[in-house]
Amino acid sequence: MAALTDLTIAEARDGLAKKAFSARELTSAHLAAMEKARGLNAYVVETPERALEDAAASDARRAGGGARGRLDGIPVAIKDLFCTEGVRTTACSHILDGFVPPYESTVTARMRAEGAVMLGKTNLDEFAMGSSNETSYYGPVTNPWRRRGDNRKLVPGGSSGGSAAAVAARLCLGATGTDTGGSIRQPAAFCGIAGLKPTYGRCSRWGIVAFASSLDQAGPMARTVRDCAIMLGAMAGFDPKDSTSADIPVPDFEAALGKGVKGLKIGIPKEYRVDGMDARIAALWDEGAAWMKAAGAELVDVSLPHTRYALPAYYIVAPAEASSNLARYDGMRYGLRVAGRTPVEMYEATRGEGFGAEVRRRILIGTYVLSAGYYDAYYLKAQKVRALIARDFTEAFEKVDAILTPTAPSAAFAIGERTADPIAMYLNDVLTVPANLAGLPAMSVPAGLDANGLPLGLQAIGRAFDEETVFRVGATIEAAAGFAARPPSIG
Amino acid sequence: MAAPGGNPGENYAMSVDKATVVRIAHLARIRVPEGELDRLAGELNTILGFVAQLDEVNTDGVAPMTSGVEGMGLRQREDRVTDGACQDKVLANAPASRDGYFVVPKVIE
Repeated sequence: MAALTDLTIAEARDGLAKKAFSARELTSAHLAAMEKARGLNAYVVETPERALEDAAASDARRAGGGARGRLDGIPVAIKDLFCTEGVRTTACSHILDGFVPPYESTVTARMRAEGAVMLGKTNLDEFAMGSSNETSYYGPVTNPWRRRGDNRKLVPGGSSGGSAAAVAARLCLGATGTDTGGSIRQPAAFCGIAGLKPTYGRCSRWGIVAFASSLDQAGPMARTVRDCAIMLGAMAGFDPKDSTSADIPVPDFEAALGKGVKGLKIGIPKEYRVDGMDARIAALWDEGAAWMKAAGAELVDVSLPHTRYALPAYYIVAPAEASSNLARYDGMRYGLRVAGRTPVEMYEATRGEGFGAEVRRRILIGTYVLSAGYYDAYYLKAQKVRALIARDFTEAFEKVDAILTPTAPSAAFAIGERTADPIAMYLNDVLTVPANLAGLPAMSVPAGLDANGLPLGLQAIGRAFDEETVFRVGATIEAAAGFAARPPSIG
Repeated sequence: MAAPGGNPGENYAMSVDKATVVRIAHLARIRVPEGELDRLAGELNTILGFVAQLDEVNTDGVAPMTSGVEGMGLRQREDRVTDGACQDKVLANAPASRDGYFVVPKVIE
C-alpha cells in the first residue's frame, strides 16, 4: 500500500472503514510530514495535539460501530481565513495579531461534524488579497514544484497558496480554500491539484473573514476530482446565519462523477485565448477539447464578448467591498492596537501599521471609487459591466452545458518575479475572475506540464448550482490527462 | 474613467495626486507616511488607468448587478433576538477592557 500521506481521501476513507489503519496513524503520518516540510511555510498554525485527540475520538467511534460522517478521521488543513474556535485566526494580517475566535465558521463546523481532523491553519495572501501568497504577514509559501534544471523557489499561487502547497506536498489529504477572483483555482493549477469554487451561496460565508462579500466563496482543494466532490458534500448547505446562503438541497456530488460527459455540449469561448498566453497552455486547451469530444461530448464555439472587461470590473467591485468590510479593523475590540491620543489617531495608527502594502492599496482604491462624485463613474459602472458579464454566460448556457478554458495564462513563477507591478500580478486572474463576477461554479483540474515541467490546469465552468456537471467535466479531464506527475521535492 | 460630469470616453485617469491620496487615506483612516505618498499616487493612477477600459462598454439601460448570482434576492428573517448573553466572549479579544467594557482613548475632552 502507498504511504499514508499519499492516499486520496476516497482511499483513506475506505482504508479507515476496513480498519487497514487507524485515524491516529493517518494523522500522525501527516504531522510527521508537516514537521519535515516546515520550510515550505504552508502552515501558519499547527494543531497537533487537537488533531491527535480528534483522530483518537474518530477511532473510538469506529470501534464502537459507526463512523460519524463522510470525513470521519480524514486529516485536513484549513485556510487561515476560516474562524476556528479557540485556534488563532489572523487572515495572515498583522492587524489580527493574536485573534482567537470564540466561534467556529459554519463550513469548518460542518466538516468537524462529519468527523474531519484539522491539522492546522494554512498560509494565505493577507486577507486573501493576492495571487502568489507573497502578501502574507507570515511570509511567502514555497511551491513544492520546481522548474526543471532550475532551483529557484516558485510561488504556489494565491490567495489559497498554503492550502494548495500543503495538498501538493502531501501535508494533508485535502484543504479548504476561498475564491474571490481565482484564489482556489489558480493556486490549484500552479501546484498540480484540483480545486473547485462552488456557486455563490452554495457554502456559507458565516465565520469566514470577509474580503469582497458578493464574490467570496469557500470550496475544496484536493488531489483528485472525487476528493473535491466528497469534501464539497461536507462543506455545502443552507445556513440561516448567512443571508446569501442558498436554501436549496445539496446533491450527491460524488454520484455525479461516474456519469461522464457523453451527450453534453461543451462551450469553447474564443475570448479566453488572451494575449500573452503560454503556447503550451493554448495547446493543452485544444487537447482538453479533444478529450471531451473523445468522451462523447459535442464541442460548441461560444462567445463571451465582455470577458476582457471582467478584470477591470473586478478591480473596482472587489476593492470597494473590501474597503467597506475592512473598516471593522479599528484597534478597539480585537487584534492589533497602536496607541493614539484620540480614537481617530488610534484608528489611523493601527490601520497604518496593521495593513500590508497590497491591502492598503486596495482599501484606498475602494475608498476612492466609493467616494462622493466617483461612485457612479466607477462603482455603478462596474456593477453594470458585471451584469453584462453575467448575461454573456446566461446566453452561452442556452447553447452549452459547461464551458472549458485554461485556468491561468501561465504556470507558477518565481518568488519576487512579479511583485513590482500590481497590474501584472492582477493578470493572473484574467481567466478565473469572470466566474466570480457571475457567481458560477468553476473547477481547475491538473491536465499537463509546461516546457519546464510545471503543472498546468484546465478550468470547467458550469451553470449556477450545477456543480455536478462541472465535476463530470473535471473527472473526464482527469481521466484523459492521466496526470501522475509529482512535485520533485517529495519524489 | 470619466470624472463627474465628464463625457464618456474622456480620459481622466491621471487624476490622483498627493493631496488626493492624503484625503482618501484620511477617509479610510489609514496613516500613510509622507515619503510614500508619491509612490502610492503613481500606483493608484496605474490601477485607475487600467479600470478606465470600462468606459468603452455601452451600459445604457443595463441594471447594475448587486447580488452574487443573478436574480438571487436577500432573505429576511423574523426580527427577534437570536444571540447574546456572551459578554466574556465578546471581550475575550479586547486589547484593553475593564469592568465588562472596552477601554478606548478619551472621546470627549
